Amino acid sequence: MDKIKIRKGLDIHLDGKATKQLEVFEPMFCALKPTDFIGVLPKLHVTEGDDVKIGSVLFHDKNNEKIVFTSPISGRVKAIVRGDKRAILAVVVENDGKNEAIDFSSVSNPIEKMLQSGVWPLLRQRPFATIANPADKPKHIFISMFDTAPLAPDYNFIIGNQQNTFIEGIKVLSKLTDGNVYVNVCKDVRPCVSADAKNVIYTEFEGPHPAGNIGTQINALSPINKGEVVWYCYPQDVITVGKLFLTGRYDSTRIIATTGSAVRNPHYYQTRTGAYVAQILDIDENARVISGNVLTGTNITSDKFLCFHDSQVTVIPEGNKYKMFGWLRPVFRRINDTNTNGDTRPYIMTGQFERVFPFDIYPMQLIKACLIKDIEQMEELGIYEVDAEDFALCEFIDPSKTQIQQIIREGLEFIRKETC
Amino acid sequence: MGLRNYIDKIKPNFEEGGKFSKFHSTFEAFETFLYTPNKVTKSGTHIRNYVDMKRSLIAVVFALIPCFLFGTWNIGYQHFLSLGQDVTFWQTVGYGLLKIIPLYLVSYIVGLSIEFTFAEIRHEDVNEGYFVTGFLIPLIMPVDVPLWMLAIAVAFSVIIGKEVFGGSGMNVVNPALLARAFLFFSYPSKMTGDNVWIAEKADAYSGATPLGTIFNGGSVNDLPSLMDMFVGTIPGSIGETSKIAILIGGIFLIVSGIASLRIIIATFAGAIAMSLMISDIPFYYHLLMGGFMFGTFFMATDPVTATQTNIGKWIYGFLIGAVAILIRVANPGYPEGMMLAILLMNVFAPLIDWCVVAVNIRKRKKRWAAAERRTR
Repeated sequence: MDKIKIRKGLDIHLDGKATKQLEVFEPMFCALKPTDFIGVLPKLHVTEGDDVKIGSVLFHDKNNEKIVFTSPISGRVKAIVRGDKRAILAVVVENDGKNEAIDFSSVSNPIEKMLQSGVWPLLRQRPFATIANPADKPKHIFISMFDTAPLAPDYNFIIGNQQNTFIEGIKVLSKLTDGNVYVNVCKDVRPCVSADAKNVIYTEFEGPHPAGNIGTQINALSPINKGEVVWYCYPQDVITVGKLFLTGRYDSTRIIATTGSAVRNPHYYQTRTGAYVAQILDIDENARVISGNVLTGTNITSDKFLCFHDSQVTVIPEGNKYKMFGWLRPVFRRINDTNTNGDTRPYIMTGQFERVFPFDIYPMQLIKACLIKDIEQMEELGIYEVDAEDFALCEFIDPSKTQIQQIIREGLEFIRKETC
Repeated sequence: MGLRNYIDKIKPNFEEGGKFSKFHSTFEAFETFLYTPNKVTKSGTHIRNYVDMKRSLIAVVFALIPCFLFGTWNIGYQHFLSLGQDVTFWQTVGYGLLKIIPLYLVSYIVGLSIEFTFAEIRHEDVNEGYFVTGFLIPLIMPVDVPLWMLAIAVAFSVIIGKEVFGGSGMNVVNPALLARAFLFFSYPSKMTGDNVWIAEKADAYSGATPLGTIFNGGSVNDLPSLMDMFVGTIPGSIGETSKIAILIGGIFLIVSGIASLRIIIATFAGAIAMSLMISDIPFYYHLLMGGFMFGTFFMATDPVTATQTNIGKWIYGFLIGAVAILIRVANPGYPEGMMLAILLMNVFAPLIDWCVVAVNIRKRKKRWAAAERRTR
């Protein structure tokens, strides 16, 4: 096994790490949110009051009708939540607890099986972080087996005794590419190695965050060139794929870690994709609920439905307090709230991003190219090798307090819309 | 808290549609000076670290305080030395303060008025950048600079040097150095020679700076001792004479991560290399004379006007050091080569960065081409 050491980066330590204790939590509601997927235009298949089973189609993507999104639980469609211009924000299903599931075992083509069961959207591609296009042949497939983000869940604990399912999933994925399936581990996470699939390559990564980010790993192993596409997913996604091929059913079970200083007794729950997590969190009024981690997660304070790809919920206090001469005070305590700790300013400091950005890319120059929407410059500076989440640490340390992830996302979306 | 309640009470007057909405930026500047805002993150990362622009820039001001303190004392010391009077420490400092406070008042009143006005016109927040510039400008002036000249220089550097480009962060050259260069070229008789470096000196007393001595045909033997030049008990610009004070501030800046160590090392390397090649006097004299050290730690490292890439910083620093010594040795008309070297390299910094980034781009394009060949 090759070893790769990531030297640049930053480990952020926060209070509220999940203890290794697992509780089963069957949610009352689950929601599927089209907003979790970049570039998806939903077309509904259900209306409020319809009965659905696990695997029933809730909506599909207008851009690619083969990509469907299916119900993670059996029950009744409780609500279709709409936002501005009647955009669909969420399809909420009420759990009847019967766990009736549609059987997909008769579908023989693996891609068709994954598409019809609604497992496919777990696979995403780079560049752009959109759902993988089933018509593509990706250069490689990448799986990150560990997470270095603040308060990240421990995938060793999550995978637990599901290793055979995991290996089954890897086997399926290895057939989807002519290249390799890169399974990236760290010192603590070593899943068993299967000898069956020849194109599965294990690599050990070491170093501070973002060593566990898929973008860092892709860049270290095989940077994306213009015109290339790679796919990626995470360990629980592989397990879901494995279960689909072992049982013929879509199993939306997902283990999530509740973390953060505003969670009492943070630990792990076995629940469902899109679970309504309000029941398991003792939420203070002045707290923010985040699906995912504090760097790249989504604010779900208003709806409290877990996002599709996430294995973590973080709750931290809001920082909406004034601090007298706060900019002059020395600070020794850990960051524990959402205060911006300063106002937005022009870029003045330089050389700060380079310390936490382990890519062969000039971050400031790329950010500025995205700001002026110059596609040629963005391409030349390496926009295809990154995604917004790769800039999360830059955004965290940015003394100018700019929205760097949003800038990169807008740059990527600009290219995607111009070229696709 | 009483003050907080009062601010919250008067705040609506300064917001859109309020009585004093024209002074929104000014109000905002004072409010955020007193209290870090209660703003929370919206999109992207949910937490932000504690370092913001105020904290970064106040660190530079802190780093300059040793220079300020020593400079204040040295103004009085040089004055009474030239008069041959024996006075107490506090009389020395008192005289220094009497001289330096008016410089600071002019620097901040003129500079900040312009900054606040531009911020109001643009409906932007007032940028903290001038707190550093305004603190630097008096330190690089000769002590006897007339206040009206200082006012014009500050106005010129803030408006032409910074605001026309869009404010802090957008300027091409270092505004503090621009103020000095403006006076240097506009009023040469007031800014050079032996007359300006000591406040109200006795007529018979030579007030020459070490650099002045060398360029008026003096030799190493005519210079103050190395120790005096290191400690700083010599005539010169207010902040630049004490190398001890500069090192204390400089090390603080390096440790706090604000100043680029790359630029500092490279500047020293460039200066040493060039003086070994072309200078008659030993290289360490060059490092201790004039504004070299002050310029290296506080001017060359200005992140806005320096190169932004790490490789570029090595090139930029090296060239500053080399050009500074080249100007000193080759052109006796301009003894203060450091100022001109930094200004010159400020202008070239974007070009250096462009070249460094171009190498990265070429590497990437080669990789693209190789990948294309493989797939064919």
